[in-house]
Order: sequence, then C-alpha cells, then structure tokens
Amino acid sequence: MADNLDSLGSAGSPFSGTGRGPRLLSGGGRRATVVSTVSTVVVLAALAAGFLLAPGSSEVRHTFFDPHDLWQSFIGNPKQGYYSIGAAIWLNIRMFLAAEVLILALALALALIRQSASPVLFPLRVLGLAYVDFFRGVPTLLVILAVGLGVPALRLAGLSSQPAAVYGVAALVLSYTAYVSEVYRAGLGSVHQSQLAAARSLGLSQATALRYVVLPQAVRNIIPPLLNDFISLQKDTALVGVLGAIEANQAAEIYSSTVFNFSSFTVAAILFLILTIPLARFTDRLIERDRRRRLAGVAP
Amino acid sequence: MSAAGPGGGSGPEAADAVVLEGVSKSFGANRVLRDISLAVPAHQVICLIGASGSGKSTLLRCINLLEPIDSGSISVLGHRITGAGVDQNLVRRAVGIVFQSYNLFPHMNVLQNVTLAPVKALGTPRAAAVAEARDLLRRFGLLDKETEYPDRLSGGQQQRVAIVRALAVRPQIMLLDEVTSALDPELVAEVLEVIRELAADGMTMLIATHEMSFARDIASRVCFLADGAIVEDAPPVELFTSPRDERTQRFLRSIIAAGRL
Repeated sequence: MADNLDSLGSAGSPFSGTGRGPRLLSGGGRRATVVSTVSTVVVLAALAAGFLLAPGSSEVRHTFFDPHDLWQSFIGNPKQGYYSIGAAIWLNIRMFLAAEVLILALALALALIRQSASPVLFPLRVLGLAYVDFFRGVPTLLVILAVGLGVPALRLAGLSSQPAAVYGVAALVLSYTAYVSEVYRAGLGSVHQSQLAAARSLGLSQATALRYVVLPQAVRNIIPPLLNDFISLQKDTALVGVLGAIEANQAAEIYSSTVFNFSSFTVAAILFLILTIPLARFTDRLIERDRRRRLAGVAP
Repeated sequence: MSAAGPGGGSGPEAADAVVLEGVSKSFGANRVLRDISLAVPAHQVICLIGASGSGKSTLLRCINLLEPIDSGSISVLGHRITGAGVDQNLVRRAVGIVFQSYNLFPHMNVLQNVTLAPVKALGTPRAAAVAEARDLLRRFGLLDKETEYPDRLSGGQQQRVAIVRALAVRPQIMLLDEVTSALDPELVAEVLEVIRELAADGMTMLIATHEMSFARDIASRVCFLADGAIVEDAPPVELFTSPRDERTQRFLRSIIAAGRL
C-alpha cells in the first residue's frame, strides 16, 4: 500500500506543472488513473474495516449512525418535541449570508481606515487598531453571549427585542470584521505602491485609483484566506445556538437530549459539509479562471 | 487652479511649458534635489542625464506631483502647481508620466488599461474612449494586442502600451522616466521610435535617459545632473563634445568607456 500511495503522490502531485493549474490528479494518463483508483479503494476499505472491527463499533453505529434517527432528526417532529435539522440549517445559511455581506463591507472600510495616511484620520486609525485587537482577542462565543444577553438586558426600544439570530449575526459581524479587515490589509499591502502611483499619475483620484486599480488586485490575492475565514464563519453560525436560536446544531442538541441518540449531530455535520465544500470548490474555480485568463491571454 | 489648459499663462514664461524655480527636496537627511531651476519650452524635448541616484527620477515625479517638494516652485503651462489649493488631478491630466517599470495594471487587458483614465478621470463616454484608444493603439502598432493582458506582452510592447495609456488623457507634456532602462537591448529601438514620433508631433517632453546617442539626436537641450543639482545645461552637441564641468567630463568618459556613446 505504501507503494500505491507513493505513486499517487508522484503522479498526482497537486502542483505538477501541466499548465492547467492545481489538480488533484494530473499527468501519467491511464496507468495513473488505475493506480490512484486502486489505492483509494484500498485506503477506504482499510478505514472501513478499522471502524467495523473496533470493539465498540456496533454501539457507535447505533448512537451516531442509526438510519431511523438520522432520518427523524433530519425531518423533525414537533409533536415529539424536536425540530427538523434540515429546516434549521436554513437559519445557519441566512445568518451566514447576512453576516458575510456586512463583514465584507465593514472589514473593507476598517482596512481602508487603518491603512490611510491622512493625519485627519489619526483618531479613527487608533480606534480601528483597538477594535481589531479587542475582537480578535475575545473568543467569538463570548462576543455572542455578550451581545445576545447584554443588548436585550439594556431594554433599548427596538434594539432589545430582536430574535436571537439577529444578535448572533451582530456578534459574528463584530468578531469576523476584525479578522477579515486584517486579510484585506494584507491584500492592500500586497499591491505594489507603483500601481497606485501609475493610477494617480493618470489623473485618477485616490478613491478611483483604489476602486479600479488597487482593490481588484488586492482582492484577487486574498481570495483563499478570505474563503478560509468564511468557511470558519459558516461553522461558527452554530455558536448562535447558545442564545436559543434553532439553528442546525441547536436542533441536533435538542434531538439528542429528547431521544438520547447522537445521530442528529451526524446529520448536522453532514449538512455543514454540504455547505462548505461547494464554497471551497467554487473558490478554486475562481482562482483558476483568473490565473488562466491572465497567463494564457484571451482566445481571439 | 482654474485649468491646466494651453495659453493660460502670460508674461515671459508663457512659452515655457514647465518652469522649475529653486526646487529642493529631501528624503529624510538625504537631499535628492538641490535648488533646481529649469525651463522646458513648449514643443521641445529636454533630456536629463546623470548617474543613478542623481535625482532625475525624483525631479520628474515632483513635476507630476507624485512627490511633494520642500521648497521652490513648479509651474506648468503658466500655472503654479506647487503650494496649496492645486487640483492634483488636473495637473496630472496635463502632465503625463511613463515609468521605467511600465506599471501597467496587470488585471486589465491593454484596451482597459488605456481607457480607464479617459473614462474614470475625464468622463469620456466609454464608446468614444475605446475609439480614441484604438486610434492610438493603431498608430503605435498595438491594435492587435488590445485584448491581451500585460504579462503576455514583451517589455517593449508593455512600455509602448504604457506610453499610449499616458497619451490617452491627452497630456500636453510628457515625462519619461528611463523608459528603456528595463528593456532587453533589442527592444529599445521600438520604444525610442515611439518617442521620436511624439517629438516630431511637437509634444513637449522631459526625458530622463541613459541612451546618450538618443538624447543627442532628439533633445534641444541636455541637462547633466549630479547629486541632485543641474551641473550643466546645454545643447546636446555642446554638452557631449565640449562639456565644461569636470563632473560632466568624468561622467561622459565613463559612458564612453562602457561603450554607450
């Protein structure tokens, strides 16, 4: 099996330079395909055997992978006192989308403030630095608890009577804006000063030069780390469950404490995977398309 | 500043497109420009020569307002452009600059590079900007490259695109900052040809260059800079054949020794 893995490594090196960019499997033709298929089957079979032959296998299968519980927790049953995880994940998706849009905008604003040079903006720069230090230093869960329990306790008209998910999104935005603004800042720093100089020398204003020349290049450079943060954000929407919002993880928790079976968490895990994996592949495609367009030119 | 348009000035300087008076500039303790005074008459070409670090590039960047000056004044087309209350963007539309390292925008194709400033800075309608850009690209033999991205072009092509990009905002003065220094030797000629054509059209140009024979051909005056000061300012024949200052002589001797003149 070691031989098989080795040949997979050499034939399918993720960065083998066939001019088509990173691929899981490239070069070597049919033989490589056969070898990699066989080695994949062998590895999966070994893992499955290891799991099935373990002394506690049948209990684990019953507790985490019971078909009946998987299905019941997925569709939910209000009469039995538990919610559908399949419906609850929709709340995660909505929280993620709302938070993502806000984070992208606010983090950009924060990054632009922090890298500005104007003396007028000095106080804002200091505030920006304090903000990033604070929210990167405090665990997201604590921010969620502080916002979700603190704001309602203030009894402010309008602000204090929102659904838990709204406080959850607000807390996620506060926390992630700090991280993502640093990613933006790194991206802005990765674009050479001469690009800004060239744009300004053509009579473009600072704002226009940033918008059309610096930012597009900065964003291309930071798509992978940005995606990383967003995958992490998708998962962290599960933390909002501590406020009582019925999102996937909370629904799974309720199922398991009602029925005493953990298969509901397996369902939640699978649903989160279904969300994150397409996002990762989509980003790979964006990067690849951009790379091809720039290096290969445009077909006439 | 009302406008950096032509004929806006009056008095003895009206015929000078660019006038520098007592310009000084330091980067920290390093004095890069010392009391520079220089006038560039309209429709003439002046070349700046001198060793690397002599202040040629900084001088050009100051005229384009990419670097602030510490003292002195700069006027363009009769308008003072240094000091408070100057619209930098207006000045930069009148004064184009091309850099040694091209600085094309790598995420845009050739046409997008050329039309960005006309559309976003001048407010030219896109269709008109594209038509003008194509005219310029055709004129400099680049029309077939309009959909290419910069990293698919040779250095010479990139530099020609950079010149076209600067011309697209219709500047009245062009500053060329060692535009051939980053090029492979066989690509230098095509770029110099473009500059010759601009000069023939009457473009006012201030050119920092290491191409001595080119400077001798094209310039109406050549200035030799050393340590941030203009040491000698004379017609090319005079400066290259009978330099008066000892530093100019030494510089030209080293250039000849290197086979560059």
